[in-house]
Amino acid sequence: MPENSDISIAHLRGDLTATAASLLQELDSLGRIISTARAEVVALRAEGLDQSVIPSATDELAEIVSHTAQATHDILDACEQLEALQGVPPDKAETLMTATTRIYEACAFQDITGQRIAKVVTALQLIEARISKARACFVPDPTSSHQVEPAMSTVLLNGPQLPGNAISQSAIDALFD
Amino acid sequence: MTLDRSIKVLVVDDYKTMTRIIRNLLKQIDFHDADEAADGHEALAKLRSGSFGLVISDWNMAPMTGLDLLKEVRADARLKHLPFIMVTAESKTENVVAAKQAGVSNYIVKPFNAETLREKIEKVMAHA
Repeated sequence: MPENSDISIAHLRGDLTATAASLLQELDSLGRIISTARAEVVALRAEGLDQSVIPSATDELAEIVSHTAQATHDILDACEQLEALQGVPPDKAETLMTATTRIYEACAFQDITGQRIAKVVTALQLIEARISKARACFVPDPTSSHQVEPAMSTVLLNGPQLPGNAISQSAIDALFD
Repeated sequence: MTLDRSIKVLVVDDYKTMTRIIRNLLKQIDFHDADEAADGHEALAKLRSGSFGLVISDWNMAPMTGLDLLKEVRADARLKHLPFIMVTAESKTENVVAAKQAGVSNYIVKPFNAETLREKIEKVMAHA
């Protein structure tokens, strides 16, 4: 949209009906919005949001999952070694078992956090794909064949719910009573 | 009623950490005979070739989900009465209802503790 469009519209206004002038004004506003959006999308490309920032963030999250999984297995290894100890006095054995049970229960965090991180990764991939598509509309790049399709599965569930969205174990129990 | 703790339990989860945790917790509540499967297909093959007294399965697996596994088990003449506990982080009411309609014996929300596991197994086995 030319920058002097306001002047042009003002110049034309005398020859137009009120409705046509209003419509022309709306089109002018729309043109400005599109122009701004295009500049924003071009800026996204310059910042490399869809081609480096988001892929890098998803890689970092994958590393978090991998490291916590390894740490959890190490904790479980140590716990199993403690359980295998022979000749522990009965009172100490009970304390040991209570402690190892608590460690096993706590280690389930890895599964829960892994599922939550997977949800975040899926959301990031979706944003990445949308940005790529928007950029392709405004700024066609013939050298780029990078099209990310998010791994959205319709058969899988949504994973852990946030507090407030979830049904409690006691509410579930009521369904089975 | 005395609970038979010598039954063979099949733990199904595609997350190795979780199968390991559940098997260890089972051991601590005196269920020492447990096997594991990493997905629904492997579980079904083991159930059809073995003699299991209880299934504890995750829901969120691919390609065969825990719900699909449950439906296959309930459709199998030899397995249809097998106690089946779903253990999942998914706690939306509609999913719990879907599992119940498919014939799940009980449902445990992650994270859970050894006491919840023991309590649900006892409840399910009492009705088996």
